[in-house]
Amino acid sequence: MKTVSSLLDSHWYERYKKISRLNIRSSIYDVTDRCNLRCKGCFFFSSGEHTVASEEKDITKWHAFVEKEMARGVNLAILIGGEPTLCLDRIEAFYKRLPTFCATNGQIKVPRDRFPDMMVGISLWGDTEDEVTLRGKDTFKISSANYAGDPHAYYLYTITPKQLGKIEKMIKRIADVGLKVHLQLLSNDESVDGFSWQPAELVAVRAEMDAMLDAYPRTVISSKYYHQIITSGEMLGRRFGWMECPSVTDAIDKREPQPKRLTNFIRWASDLKTMHRCCTSETRDCSTCKDGAAHMSWVMVNKRAHMQSAADLQNWIEVYEMFAKLYQFIPW
Amino acid sequence: MSNDILQNITRIAEIIINTLKLEDVTPQTFDADLDLVDEVGIDSMDLATIALVLRDEYGIRIDEDDYPKLTTVRRIAEYIHTKLTSGK
Repeated sequence: MKTVSSLLDSHWYERYKKISRLNIRSSIYDVTDRCNLRCKGCFFFSSGEHTVASEEKDITKWHAFVEKEMARGVNLAILIGGEPTLCLDRIEAFYKRLPTFCATNGQIKVPRDRFPDMMVGISLWGDTEDEVTLRGKDTFKISSANYAGDPHAYYLYTITPKQLGKIEKMIKRIADVGLKVHLQLLSNDESVDGFSWQPAELVAVRAEMDAMLDAYPRTVISSKYYHQIITSGEMLGRRFGWMECPSVTDAIDKREPQPKRLTNFIRWASDLKTMHRCCTSETRDCSTCKDGAAHMSWVMVNKRAHMQSAADLQNWIEVYEMFAKLYQFIPW
Repeated sequence: MSNDILQNITRIAEIIINTLKLEDVTPQTFDADLDLVDEVGIDSMDLATIALVLRDEYGIRIDEDDYPKLTTVRRIAEYIHTKLTSGK
């Protein structure tokens, strides 16, 4: 029988043991239906998710809701939107109780006296030109001023096909303001012309992502195996899609056979009652979904499938470490 | 150690081997003290699946809060023995 220690040398085995018992149980929460931007390709607005539930405005209900979520075993709250920073009291309901990650477009600065160590993921879509095209403004200019040097913030840099050959420029700008960056790919949910990935572009972007990780290892929080998975949509000969996705809301997951999945995962709407299908929009085609969190979770829940060789298990460890760093379960 | 626990060890090893489709090991050769997380590589979903099979086999409920204690086949066998003898 292949065991972990029979596959790994002492260095890798120690790395494995640092993450093997983390038992992360995340769920995702829409904090509000509102946003201070309207980006072309935002899955939340393009799929009409902002209209399916009316946000709960009574803050006492948010506090009670978080208590129930903790009783359900959730130990990581991932806050998304709309734009969560429009509703700091709701963020606080989570932050006061459990490890919390807040996704934001960075146009409003999270007050650090109130949320001193909350991890903040700042969205960035391509370079200035792409940002103006897709989001209507250069958000980096404001977000980088708001968060420069913040040890509990990083950029979620969504690479678009137009970034090929130009990724390093943004990585340098991010490094220059003293922040980290995690790489992901645009899913182009509103089919903006020129922003859908072609097969050759995915091959090229993988090589460029790898090169950025090699060149900026202290700035780029990523792994080459993750790059391989997200650009190819394949893992160990299996294709990503509905029957493989780990990030489907538990209560509505009737898939047979049941794939390996995130335990007790739910994506809640901001009315605190409605459950969305998965971590992204129901209207997205799962076979072309590029959601970064779903793909890294796909790797993470399939640990034993990665125990066929030392290289596979090392790949698994690197992806898990990446996730654990991005959500502050281990240091950068 | 009671015969009950020793018998359970073999049966629990068999359940784990079958549930996880482990290769190159039998219930008799499975090391009862092998750490299931650090060495076999099981995760919480694996353990939840195993817990359901054990529930059906022994008629006991394994609380999720107890999962961290169930680190080896021997500890699972002792846990089950305690549950059965205490009538919980």
